[in-house]
Amino acid sequence: MKAHASACLALALAAAGAAASDAQRGARLYEARCGGCHGVDEHRVGPKLRGVFGRRAGSAPGFAYSPALAASTLVLNEATLARWLADPEATIPGQAMGYRVDDARDRADLIAYLRGL
Amino acid sequence: MQSTVSRRGFVAGGATLSAGAIALLAGVPMRAHANPAADVKILNTALALEHEAINAYQLGAASGLLQKPVLEVAVKFQADHKAHRDALASTITKLGGTPVAEKKLDEYAKALRADTLKSQNDVLELAARLELGATNAYLGVIPSFADKQLAKVAARLAADEAMHWAILANALGKPLPGALSFGA
Repeated sequence: MKAHASACLALALAAAGAAASDAQRGARLYEARCGGCHGVDEHRVGPKLRGVFGRRAGSAPGFAYSPALAASTLVLNEATLARWLADPEATIPGQAMGYRVDDARDRADLIAYLRGL
Repeated sequence: MQSTVSRRGFVAGGATLSAGAIALLAGVPMRAHANPAADVKILNTALALEHEAINAYQLGAASGLLQKPVLEVAVKFQADHKAHRDALASTITKLGGTPVAEKKLDEYAKALRADTLKSQNDVLELAARLELGATNAYLGVIPSFADKQLAKVAARLAADEAMHWAILANALGKPLPGALSFGA
């Protein structure tokens, strides 16, 4: 009985670990998929991303956003970033980012990384 | 940092974007188009990437850090990006859009932290990073195009960037990537 409970606990912990977002993996995904257009500390083709978590969409000073993004009132948190990464155009119609992150795990890991910037 | 780039290792290979490819790009939007405004936005993002690449190679070429054979390849790659730029700008115009303007070289230098480039390897690392980023960006936007011909063009541009990256990575002594590594 005791052994069975321990096994269940181990399985539960393993499942929790697997489900938890992974910022290190997110950093690798960021480099591979986002780094073509975005810098962490410099505006490039896209805006710099340090501090993106928790700020209003289209509000990084010094970047020339599309009118749609500049007018947005969306605050970027876990839920809204997940929506944005899954489908930017559906989230803020008229914006300019054509890139989508289709996989929910990838989105979660990217958001975990962005949250730490 | 000592350069690991050798004349033999940095192969001056690869073809320029063919006249046929440019014609394809220029001739794409000649039919009914589902959502030209959305496609123009994606194409303008691509054009902004090409502007950045052209200026990155300009910064590298003007740095005085590149050996002659490496410089020749950098100039060749820059010419490829100029061909991409011209083709993208032409297509954007044909779709009724306005091509995004190139910024000043100083702005690219700041954004790319050109002041940190101290060796030939530094320049090649930057170029490789940008080429890989562009490859993945082009691959990533393929599903977003309303016009499948434009999606095909994005794939062809990605192939050019991947070719650039492969030559740069070889010159830098990087290991071969695994299968299906681009766009992942």
